[in-house]
Amino acid sequence: MIKRMDAIIFRSLIASAISCFCLHCGLEADHTGETSIPEKIDFNLHVRPILSDRCFKCHGPDDRARKANFRLDEEAFAFEMLDSIAERFAIVRGRPGKSELYARITSEDPKEKMPPPESNLILTPTEILVLKRWIEQGAEWKTHWSFIKPVRTPLPGGAKDKWPRNEIDYFTLVQMRRVQLEPSVAATPEKLIRRLSFDLTGLPPSPQEVNEFKRDPSIQAYEELVDRLLASPAYGERMASDWLDLSRYAETNGYHHDFERNVWPWRDWVIQSFNDNRPYDEFVTWQLAGDLLENPSYEQLLATSFNRLHRTTQECGSIDEEFRVSYVVDRTNTFGKAFLGLTVECAQCHDHKYDPISQREYYKLFAFFNQVPERGVTKSFGNPSAPYLALPDEQVEEVRAYIDQTIEREYASGSQQDSAEAYRDVWREEMSALVAPVMIMGVLDTTRPTYVLDRGLYDAPGEEVFAGTPPAILPFGKGEPADRLGLARWLFNPDHPLTARVVVNRYWQMIFGRGLVDTPDDFGSQGALPTHLELLDWLAVDFMESGWDVKRLIKQMVLSATYRQSSVITPAKEQADPYNKWLARGVQGRLTAEMLRDQALQMSGLLVNRIGGPSVKSYHPKGLWVQVSSGGRYQRKYMQGHGEDLYRRSLYQYWKRIQPPPSMTIFDAANRNQCTVKRQSSSTPLQALVLLNDVQFMEAARFFAERSIREGGNNAKERIQWAFQWATSRLPDEAELSILLELLEEQVLEFSNYPERAEAIVDLGEGGSGQMVGTEELAAYTMVCNAVMNLSESLQKN
Amino acid sequence: MDPLLQNTRRHFLTKATLGLGALAMSSFSRQASPERDGNGPHFAPRAKRVIYLFQAGGPSQLELFDYKPTLRQRHREELPASFRKGQRVTEFTRAFPKPMVQPFTSFRKYGESGTWISNLLPYTAKIVDDICIIRSMYTDAINHDPALNFFQTGSQQSGRPSIGAWLSYGLGSSNENMPAFCVLLSKGTGRADAAQPLQARLWGSGFLPSLHQGVQFRSGADPVLYLNNPAGVSRANRRKILDRLQQMNQLYLEKEGNAEVYSRMAQYEMAYRMQTSVPETMNVDEEPDYIFDLYGPEARIPGTFAANCLLARRLAERDVRFIQLYHQGWDQHNDLPDHLSKQCRDIDQASAALVMDLKQRGLLDDTLVIWGGEFGRTNYCQGRLTADNYGRDHHPYCFTMWAAGGGIRAGLNFGQTDELGYNVVEDPVHVHDFQATMLHLLGLDHERLTFKHQGRRFRLTDVHGQVVKQILS
Repeated sequence: MIKRMDAIIFRSLIASAISCFCLHCGLEADHTGETSIPEKIDFNLHVRPILSDRCFKCHGPDDRARKANFRLDEEAFAFEMLDSIAERFAIVRGRPGKSELYARITSEDPKEKMPPPESNLILTPTEILVLKRWIEQGAEWKTHWSFIKPVRTPLPGGAKDKWPRNEIDYFTLVQMRRVQLEPSVAATPEKLIRRLSFDLTGLPPSPQEVNEFKRDPSIQAYEELVDRLLASPAYGERMASDWLDLSRYAETNGYHHDFERNVWPWRDWVIQSFNDNRPYDEFVTWQLAGDLLENPSYEQLLATSFNRLHRTTQECGSIDEEFRVSYVVDRTNTFGKAFLGLTVECAQCHDHKYDPISQREYYKLFAFFNQVPERGVTKSFGNPSAPYLALPDEQVEEVRAYIDQTIEREYASGSQQDSAEAYRDVWREEMSALVAPVMIMGVLDTTRPTYVLDRGLYDAPGEEVFAGTPPAILPFGKGEPADRLGLARWLFNPDHPLTARVVVNRYWQMIFGRGLVDTPDDFGSQGALPTHLELLDWLAVDFMESGWDVKRLIKQMVLSATYRQSSVITPAKEQADPYNKWLARGVQGRLTAEMLRDQALQMSGLLVNRIGGPSVKSYHPKGLWVQVSSGGRYQRKYMQGHGEDLYRRSLYQYWKRIQPPPSMTIFDAANRNQCTVKRQSSSTPLQALVLLNDVQFMEAARFFAERSIREGGNNAKERIQWAFQWATSRLPDEAELSILLELLEEQVLEFSNYPERAEAIVDLGEGGSGQMVGTEELAAYTMVCNAVMNLSESLQKN
Repeated sequence: MDPLLQNTRRHFLTKATLGLGALAMSSFSRQASPERDGNGPHFAPRAKRVIYLFQAGGPSQLELFDYKPTLRQRHREELPASFRKGQRVTEFTRAFPKPMVQPFTSFRKYGESGTWISNLLPYTAKIVDDICIIRSMYTDAINHDPALNFFQTGSQQSGRPSIGAWLSYGLGSSNENMPAFCVLLSKGTGRADAAQPLQARLWGSGFLPSLHQGVQFRSGADPVLYLNNPAGVSRANRRKILDRLQQMNQLYLEKEGNAEVYSRMAQYEMAYRMQTSVPETMNVDEEPDYIFDLYGPEARIPGTFAANCLLARRLAERDVRFIQLYHQGWDQHNDLPDHLSKQCRDIDQASAALVMDLKQRGLLDDTLVIWGGEFGRTNYCQGRLTADNYGRDHHPYCFTMWAAGGGIRAGLNFGQTDELGYNVVEDPVHVHDFQATMLHLLGLDHERLTFKHQGRRFRLTDVHGQVVKQILS
């Protein structure tokens, strides 16, 4: 009941205070550079972020780090009489002058001053003023927002507004207005369809699709388009891309020699699950505890591979228990980050310094994942470590045939010149992982005891603990089994304050570029506060009530007027909201690594649209694997694929952990060593080099050029328009067209002067050429297409 | 948005393509800068750049630097339990006898400092008065993978930024045509078939913005990945195409006001400049013969450690902030006499030459050179011990490194191990102390160089580390 009241008060306050506060860093300067302080100070919005960031390290939940036996993270302790000074209190409601806390933060004496100088932390004058005013106003305390169960609130704002298209918009509009912003106009049909296609399928729309939508951009047509994209098999691939980051999916073991393992069958199950729209609770429950369901099916067992995707070592001399414990740690941390949105890993070595997760509670969580009959040091040469699941016979046969064929072809073609007989065996060994049994979860016959590990060290066991969940989040279900299945049921208990919010926020981030909570991996007291708490909660409750229906959630988001706004930035809007927190314009941002490559393949017509199967090895700079790997039989040498293998979607690229595909990592793909729920989005010179020079992109440019000649029209203007439309979804204006035509002229001249250069360009890559025009002309169009593919607009979603 | 970025953007909008160079740099070092990106040092630095000659695999200190005559007397005797003190050892040797083994090398004192150096390092012996030898290093990790991570990122688990990325983040770049953090790899000849692998993540930026990641420079035609224009695209033509591309981007920028566009335009220009600056740096044709004589004949063979040392000097001359070399092959579990001799031949002359070359150019004063591996090797034998053959296991409790230049006390012998070379007995230097000291020399307080990630302020030195003041000049 109290929690419920907190929620309501908190909500009403967020409304009045949000405008002048940057929610994740305390206070924000307004346009003139002055920092304003709200009339009414709210504990969750204004005070806790300061206390957490500057004080909790020594006066927070961590028992061992606590100074002066004083803690500020819980109300009961914060208002107690101080141990260190008799008859003094840190906080006296309404009386800053009597509050030791206020005396200390304003003290000039370095011995008294808080935070102490050696902490390298300071409080700004504004922050001090906020704390003072909070005390003056009665020092009201509240539970941290994300631990209060979400509730559905009525839609805010005026129903008479015409702008909203669905519930989302009422929430965003009210926040825009509060910061004196108005929604942007709707995006043009061509921009909207491009944005939508990438968001739902990871691929650009074709000019035909664009033109069709331009002819009928009605609400109904848009909704049909959304439905069509959600039903496309490419949807599952796009959604899986994200899940592979979260689940640290890779084809190799990661440590040391980085030998291979078999994981692609699990990846295919993930794609299929998204395409089948498996409810999120079931999707996750299978992955966490499929093996514990009654008579588990093949798929339910396969799903549990999720918890075996962490790195493993086969390094001789390693201490088995040290590594086994590290695997359990990885599972625990992944569970915390992916499903709870909490940095539970902070409590591995000591009590969490900011959130109510003690070290003991960490190891209670750890106990759920500590019951696998597994080894710490796995066998060499990629043999997976038990427990595992054998692939169905027919699948094994099919893949074996593929392996034989690949190796014999390689060997016969002599294309790998420096690879003698010996390599055939190494490659066979490497590829045989593709039919190896898949590592899955299992349970020991007798429970392995779990201990609190002092400082997180495997060889320093302390008190014995039993499986359980942090009570500050939600008590563990009565009568539920103390195993992973019980854990999954706890997670999907409708009273759970975090599960639905965390996943809704992650999908919001996927569609809108930035989460409603900008730290999708930290909903704790050091994380960002939600910009739109009521919206987040509304969506979370709605999502749960829908039966955790992911397609429905995504559809809701993309049908909103908020999503459909134009992304054009006016100077005023940029100034008022540089990061688009208040959503008064459409999203923009660089396409992901996968989307950039897939777009190039799609435009050029090279993309092979086949779902699933063993991962493939596309073009790759020479020597990269060898330079990091060991020699002799431990050496792994990149055996580039041919034919269709070069043109599969990027999520099928073979991911070797010690040397992932550089054209992916250069564009900020996650490293897949640990759970990642937010990628960086950088802009570096290396990216320009990939897009201009990588044979994958140059070859795609040539095929794109051929296609523009074949399908674009009979003259240069039409062909360039066609190519430009593929790359940006819109048609070029006169100025743009004339620049590109001039470029074409320059290139025609270049290659007629240097025909041998044209030959070289037409020879790039392995795809050959179905040339319809002369070599020099084709080379010229290729360079124009390469330029079009490098337009900033082509690399962005906007 | 970063105010600098905003200003330059306005400037850009009015001044067309002028100033793109400065722009590329500002975004290379300042983009996405929540805390202190490129703000420069906390106090006056002693060194402006670092060349780190990392010897991957764990070179044996007992054969090379840490002279222990007692081991000769106690050759083949079991390691006394009083020395081991119950410390953990690897699974290689846990359940086996641990006969101590005398080094096959001989030692002599060199220089005014009277420094003991092995006969395997005759060139290093010549620079003992320019370097500081630390014989009291120790680490927490006992296996390669965690130990490498620990040295390079301050954490045994991967995922944190490496030293070079921290420096790029903390100090920015001082050359607008080159990345701030460059990496060069070479293979050892000593354990060619079973060298310890490396991981590209060792030069990653972890949670720091990815523009701080190390850029690998490779021997051969494409010294930086994808650097070369495709066959058939000349440099002049590349320029023409880029000009058109930039015109197009500018129209788009004016139309949509998209801040990302202008930053990308700058990156394309920097990429174009790197296409000449990198090959120019990598091209050693103009180096005089006496330089090749100094670094040794292998300096003419691209991809060798010697060639990389020469390149390291060229990168230092171009003010690259952090130059990281890795030389593999130092993992002498077996056949130590043969393999270690080969490894030393790979690195001895060139390492010494680099120090001398920097010195003669006046660059040693503000360049910090570091030589060392991720741990040392045991004083007892692993595997079969014969008259002329043996191996040594991983040993984290003591090992040797050396450093020179940029604020380091030249000619100093620092730290002591016990008479059997098993534990440190005087002036221990932990990996975090070493990292703190390195940052200190670069003008950075290791406790203040932080990055907030997942609610916590991370440091290279975690929550540890003390600057080792005694080794500073």
